[in-house]
Amino acid sequence: MSELLNNILFLPEAASTFAERVDALHYFVVGTTMVMSAGVGLAALFMFFRYRRRLPAQATEYVVPTLKTEFLFVSVPLVFFLAWFGIGFRDFTWVTTPPKDAMDVYVMGKQWMWKFAYPEGPNGVNVLHVPANRPVRLLITSRDVLHSFYVPSFRIKQDALPGRYTQIWFEATKPGTYQVLCTEYCGLSHSKMLAEVVVLPAEEYDVWIKEQRRGRLQDRQDALADTSLVPPVARMVEQGQVLAGTQGCLKCHSVDGSQHIGPTFLGMFDRLERLDDGKDIRVDEAYITQSMMDPGAHLVAGYQNVMPTYQGKLQGPETAAIVEYIKSLRTANIREGASEGPAYDAIQ
Amino acid sequence: MTPSSSIASPGAAPAHDEHHDHHPNYLVDGTTIKSWLLTVDHKRIGLMFLFWVLLFFLVGGIFALLIRVELLTPGPTIMDAMTYNRTFTLHGLVMIFLFMIPAIPAVFGNFMLPLMLGAKDVAFPRLNLLSLYIYLAGAMLALWGMLNGGLDTGWTFYAPYSTHTTTTVAPVLFGAFIIGFSSIVTGINFIVTTHTMRAPGITWFKMPLFVWAIYATSCIQVLATPVIGLLLVLVTVENLFGFGMFDPARGGDPVLFQHLFWFYSHPAVYIMVLPAFGVMSEVVAAFSRKNIFGYRAVAYSSLGIAFVGFFAWGHHMFVSGQSTFVGGLFGVLTMLVGVFTAIKVFNWVGTVYKGAVDFKTPFAYFCGFLFFTVFGGMTGIALGTVSLDVPWHDTYFVVAHFHFIMVGATIMAFLAALHYWFPKMFGRTYHEGWGLVSAALIILGFNATFIPQFLVGNNGMPRRYYEYPERFQALNVASTAGASLLAFGFVIIAMYLTYALLYGRASGKNPWRSKGYEWLTESPPPTHNFVGPQPTYPEEPHFYVDPKKAEVPDAV
Repeated sequence: MSELLNNILFLPEAASTFAERVDALHYFVVGTTMVMSAGVGLAALFMFFRYRRRLPAQATEYVVPTLKTEFLFVSVPLVFFLAWFGIGFRDFTWVTTPPKDAMDVYVMGKQWMWKFAYPEGPNGVNVLHVPANRPVRLLITSRDVLHSFYVPSFRIKQDALPGRYTQIWFEATKPGTYQVLCTEYCGLSHSKMLAEVVVLPAEEYDVWIKEQRRGRLQDRQDALADTSLVPPVARMVEQGQVLAGTQGCLKCHSVDGSQHIGPTFLGMFDRLERLDDGKDIRVDEAYITQSMMDPGAHLVAGYQNVMPTYQGKLQGPETAAIVEYIKSLRTANIREGASEGPAYDAIQ
Repeated sequence: MTPSSSIASPGAAPAHDEHHDHHPNYLVDGTTIKSWLLTVDHKRIGLMFLFWVLLFFLVGGIFALLIRVELLTPGPTIMDAMTYNRTFTLHGLVMIFLFMIPAIPAVFGNFMLPLMLGAKDVAFPRLNLLSLYIYLAGAMLALWGMLNGGLDTGWTFYAPYSTHTTTTVAPVLFGAFIIGFSSIVTGINFIVTTHTMRAPGITWFKMPLFVWAIYATSCIQVLATPVIGLLLVLVTVENLFGFGMFDPARGGDPVLFQHLFWFYSHPAVYIMVLPAFGVMSEVVAAFSRKNIFGYRAVAYSSLGIAFVGFFAWGHHMFVSGQSTFVGGLFGVLTMLVGVFTAIKVFNWVGTVYKGAVDFKTPFAYFCGFLFFTVFGGMTGIALGTVSLDVPWHDTYFVVAHFHFIMVGATIMAFLAALHYWFPKMFGRTYHEGWGLVSAALIILGFNATFIPQFLVGNNGMPRRYYEYPERFQALNVASTAGASLLAFGFVIIAMYLTYALLYGRASGKNPWRSKGYEWLTESPPPTHNFVGPQPTYPEEPHFYVDPKKAEVPDAV
């Protein structure tokens, strides 16, 4: 039955638990509205014929609705509309509230690709691997303009906003490959911003992610006994950027060279800073790390000692990631003078 | 197409010639270019608006066809991606700001409102003329910007894309900003006219429903337009000088942009459809020779839509990252708009009950309108059902939905108004057969264009796509075929109406035997609307009861 309806309505395959809910309500709404509209339309057509004009200047009766009629006009649609809304809002709340045991995947939209990152695993571009029958939470952000992450077969969609994480979750029900589209207009190649979700059976996914992780660790000659995440540098920058946001660094430190409560991160690395005790210091990894853990130790001249310590708040790799992030803000073209644009990639 | 002196009043019967010697109709009272360009007559201003609005409709329509041709094949067809992005931006901007918003209020509102209120003109005739020139100045600036450099943001100008793009944002946004003033000025003028210039006998609840609709529309225009004006300035400034209102890297918030944008642009939908509802109330009453069933319910629901319309904007942002609770709130408020619209629909159908239906061209458009409003409204309710909006948001389903309710309903009303009031405005009649044929073509073409878009949206095709996956093609081809049918219908209308304008038969004063107030005066009306004493208004408009057996109940 629903297969037939799917074909009539051109709905793509329903491949997530949310898709089943959406489709059920969809049939209810579409079915009811079609019947109601047809009713109104047929009544109108009947009356056009029944009450056709017979004389050019025919007089008509003065007919006005009773209060009961008007009440009916209001209440019947209202009851249906509110019922649909009630079911719809329940499902909406459900899809915007990820279960606690969901696995996380970071999604970043960028003109014009989708990047995926697993907290303990690989990065990927334009291909997202997920296990079937396991809830997956997507933490979505953007690096430049608005994008929107849309998987028709899962019936999920969430905008990607620069400077903010949004979330949505899904549980894929069928292994297979599903298309990801961008639905928020994002410039020249908006329609080419495609990706795919590969849903693997749960066991295959576990094997896959293990292999991905092992491959990464083997690349490192000095693989540590600690098998927790030791990310490669490229990813650390992204992670650091996120951390700088989530840890509040960016509340006081700008990344575009502008004046703020603390010194700007832009071009900070390898800069010669004048300290408040008159000495100069070269900003390096050590100085940055020290400043995070003991901010007052070497205060840059002109700034107040207001920064809280991050000792104990940041894990080793997180500190490293933030340092890497600050280092990455040292590109040749933005190092000189004041910033001329946002710190994220300029739009061409 | 500016009417010239060659369109003398053929409507005048010989017996009335005497009158016309002293009171020429407004079309021939002064025939110099200057007498038109500097006129303060609301009827002439309405006609000039009609000319420009039709011209911009043509421009927007040509760009719509270019879009449809481009989408015939999944890959590039006739243009490159950048040209396509500029094309749909131009289509949206021209159609919305230059056609849909002024179409009915500035043309028919201007022309009919004073006639329906028994007034000699609008309250501020010079301001009225000014609004035309403000509109033209803004339109020219925006078009200049769009053709020199182009704009590729879509008509929604979403930040931060619009604040970063290197295309010509500033002149276009500033043009739209200027057009906003025209909208505000017109709104103020109509509000004041309605409050102060009603002829003796016309109480609030004896005003024609078209006046109610225009009144409600004007309230929205005056209250909402300043918001988008400010927003456009903010975006321009951010684009030119790098302010940080909407840029998260500078502490701004891109979602703030959307709130400000939709706070205007959602009520703007009602700026477009409320006048359409008003026209239809007039047409259905006139052609079924019946008083409006539930007059007060229809009048109040116009105000209701105008009011609730202000609190529904967030339904454009269910997946934008606003909170779930807020999504629910906007969802429920959206449902109320649906209920108010349902009241209108039921009462229009009720008006036909025990009427005397004359199935003329305007009534054919009423049928199309009924279908588009119900279908468009119902899909709107479906979109307001929060969870369903998640997959549909920003797909062709939404495109099809708003074309149905906003464009379909408005175009139906615009054409119905054009045909219903054509004899009033020009004193001539058009060929009824061609009218019905083209109405059928347009209604058919419209459905053939947009029903496939509902389906392709269901299937997951996002809007503003230059290229698309192969599986969407069949429906896109169907949609393009429908669009050509639609365009063909418009060509026919243009031909027979132009012919009617030049050679049409004289229509007489009131060819429809309508009891709308605007038909109490001559067709076309004399310069100051009435010859001799002001007409009296003993009955409510559209009172078709046989006076001999009239037992008029007090209006409900």
